[in-house]
Amino acid sequence: MAHEAAHDHHDDHHHAPQGFFQRWVMSTNHKDIGTLYLIFSLTMFFIGGSFAMVIRAELFKPGLQLVQPYFFNEMTTMHALVMIFGAIMPSFVGLGNWMIPLMIGAPDMALPRMNNLSFWILPFAFALLLSTLFLPGGGPAGGWTMYPPLSLQSGSLAYAVFAIHLMGISSIMGAINIIATILNMRAPGMDLLKMPVFVWSWLITAFLLIAVMPVLAGAVTMLLTDKYFGTSFFNPHGGGDPVLYQHVFWFFGHPEVYIMILPAFGIISEIIPTFARKPIFGYRAMVYAIACIAFLSFIVWAHHMFAVGMPVGADIFFMYATMLIAVPTGVKVFNWVATMWGGSMTFETPMLFAIAFVILFTIGGFSGLMLALVPADFQYHDTYFVVAHFHYVLVTGAAFAIMAATYYWLPKWTGHMYSEFWGKVHFWCSVVFVNVLFFPQHFLGLAGMPRRIPDYNVAFADFNMISSIGGFLFGASQLIFLGVIVHCAFFSKKKATDRVWEGARGLEWTLPSPPPHHSFTVPPVVHDEELAHGHVSD
Amino acid sequence: MTSGSIRTDAPRTHRGRTAGIRRIVAASLALVLALGAGLAQADPHPWQLNMTRGSTTWSGEAYFLNNVALGVCVVIGVLVFGAMFIAMFRFRKSRGAVAEKWSHNTTVEIIWTAIPVIILVVLAWMSTGGLVSFANTTGAQMTVKVTGYQWKWRYDYVDYLGKPVSKVDYMSKLDALSDKTRQLDSGMDPYAVKTGDENTYLLNVDKPLVLPIHTKIRFVITSDDVIHSWWVPEFGWKMDAIPGIVNTAWTNISKPGTYRGQCAELCGQDHGFMPIVVKAVSPEDFAKWLAAQQQANAPAAPAPAASAAAPATAQVAPAGSGEHG
Ligand SMILES: [Cu+2]
Repeated sequence: MAHEAAHDHHDDHHHAPQGFFQRWVMSTNHKDIGTLYLIFSLTMFFIGGSFAMVIRAELFKPGLQLVQPYFFNEMTTMHALVMIFGAIMPSFVGLGNWMIPLMIGAPDMALPRMNNLSFWILPFAFALLLSTLFLPGGGPAGGWTMYPPLSLQSGSLAYAVFAIHLMGISSIMGAINIIATILNMRAPGMDLLKMPVFVWSWLITAFLLIAVMPVLAGAVTMLLTDKYFGTSFFNPHGGGDPVLYQHVFWFFGHPEVYIMILPAFGIISEIIPTFARKPIFGYRAMVYAIACIAFLSFIVWAHHMFAVGMPVGADIFFMYATMLIAVPTGVKVFNWVATMWGGSMTFETPMLFAIAFVILFTIGGFSGLMLALVPADFQYHDTYFVVAHFHYVLVTGAAFAIMAATYYWLPKWTGHMYSEFWGKVHFWCSVVFVNVLFFPQHFLGLAGMPRRIPDYNVAFADFNMISSIGGFLFGASQLIFLGVIVHCAFFSKKKATDRVWEGARGLEWTLPSPPPHHSFTVPPVVHDEELAHGHVSD
Repeated sequence: MTSGSIRTDAPRTHRGRTAGIRRIVAASLALVLALGAGLAQADPHPWQLNMTRGSTTWSGEAYFLNNVALGVCVVIGVLVFGAMFIAMFRFRKSRGAVAEKWSHNTTVEIIWTAIPVIILVVLAWMSTGGLVSFANTTGAQMTVKVTGYQWKWRYDYVDYLGKPVSKVDYMSKLDALSDKTRQLDSGMDPYAVKTGDENTYLLNVDKPLVLPIHTKIRFVITSDDVIHSWWVPEFGWKMDAIPGIVNTAWTNISKPGTYRGQCAELCGQDHGFMPIVVKAVSPEDFAKWLAAQQQANAPAAPAPAASAAAPATAQVAPAGSGEHG
């Protein structure tokens, strides 16, 4: 395999195109497009993060000091839309773009031109969405869920809907590309059940995306026609039903939640075996658990709606189905722990983030289980308890996994080692401050503080101040992350080896660091011992 | 923890003859308990850590489930995270640990799939009981219609003890002092907004909803514009107020008091400023209050326009009743 890589390396026409415009805007190369996705999502992470800073600053103490309530609502709405559709999802697509061809021994993505298009839609979609903040009537402020009738009061609804349509098109094209690549472009010998768990997680996620993004598009299109074309899908005055929107939205929304976490499961399943120097425990169980969670995600949507007054039978069904998800999720957590057990562990930055992921994501899972219990959810629903829950799952879950993946593969991408010292500083700052930020929000919710309010009674003051301090420091810590990446890409003197990590297994590590512009133009020979993560002997 | 006033219904019986030291022990115990079990007390208070037990016959269901689920999660968390930390300590390369080769163990996989299933079945069984009792709104002795507006609540007393109540209806909105204080750059201090010695910033209204205790009260909840959610934490539930839909819920308050809550569904710019205040009084006081209200409203010439369409009987039209006025 090494000689094939070397062959690539010496092949002149495999070098990247010279012109900046041609290389980055016209690119059909999975590595360059992956890089574009990752840079884009990092940018959105900071934009969405700055909205969060506004929110935490206003909530620093009781009384309104900084912004008007309507602008506060724009901030909560935009923070969610930017983080979900701009930061988390594109970063997973970027990681998939970079790594899936390298992991399965493919020369590129199956549909390279569509790959270019699906990326270049995104900057326009977000320019459109963010431009609404500067419109006379302001941006969307009805929450990222856009429940009617409230969302229909917004003057910028059409902009938001069009932006969402564009993001949806981009996601669907990305998903088609990933499925086509995984099903058709694997190197000979790379059987489905030999694929790395990360590849599996993306295959399943891509099917989820194709299944639910059109549902979201349908929901927001109905909003659009209700507002501008006189339809009454959700308008009670015309015989419509506002709750129908919530059912349609969450039929998209719950799988969407797993779209943002399944690839994270895949990443963690790569990193822990590498640094434990031991094969993943229960490979098949890991794959089946992901598939099982994906299936269940389609039959639990109404657990977001226990307060809308559903029939008791529906409440019971959705409660039981939701609780079932704890089983495959538990299996995954136990398997990660079992992978560590009996290993030979070292704790480089990717491993630290992966371990933090397992613990803190599990805490988010615990609060998720509590939220599933309907009578208790009557209290939790729409409070800061829910805010704490989904930030544990999305920040210390999805975002931590993305950070872990960045540290894990950055030496492979750039050919240089990042600064382990500053990586660890970033980790420890992040893991401490993220808990200062979000843990007190459990208490606020339990004490009765509703979410999405710009001001509150003084009883909530202490924990809000602690949470805000944690928020500012967590936000500032991410500048270290940016610094580490820039340093690694442009200034690091330390060359990365091909393997990078002692315990790393998989085809991507047989290539040079950085890999040549075009890799695996000749399919590699797959040796089972090279596939420790994905290899099943029993 | 703050003043003793918040602990009125805690372990009162054991208090009387305790010595100073025991009181300190009790206080620190209370703090510890507050983490896991929480103290039964009304309204949010600084440093509150857990859900309120509530003040109705049903509210304990939510509280009990919350505590049981929290306990289960803490135990599982201690076991799983404990195993992780042991692994991180024992199986470090720096301690000379050599990686083993196994990647499979059917027995433990079956065990750690089965045990969560058993725990979940128990939790599901417990939740179902509470849910079914909440869904049973039959046998109510009183009906109140709640309507959400941007950004205030309207209360219509529909019937009481089998008799229709006419013309007792009013709007309830954020009190004037909170409203002045909450304006951007008002220069006013939220800590100075008090009712008695309780801070009621953003949790006080001009006219509270008055309800009798020891009475099964049925709420019919709807909205006139966007979706709101009517939530008094002491009652143990919230219910969305949705235009075009009438939701029902019930409560049976156990003790007199003032119970505060807020709109819990984002409803526009002043979503954070439409609190709910319930004043729970004895049935006798309630009957007097209701009579006084009826007298004040009924004989006086025509009722105000806004209340003209209020339902006059116990029969609430299920659809469209949120759209009148
Ligand atoms: Cu409201």
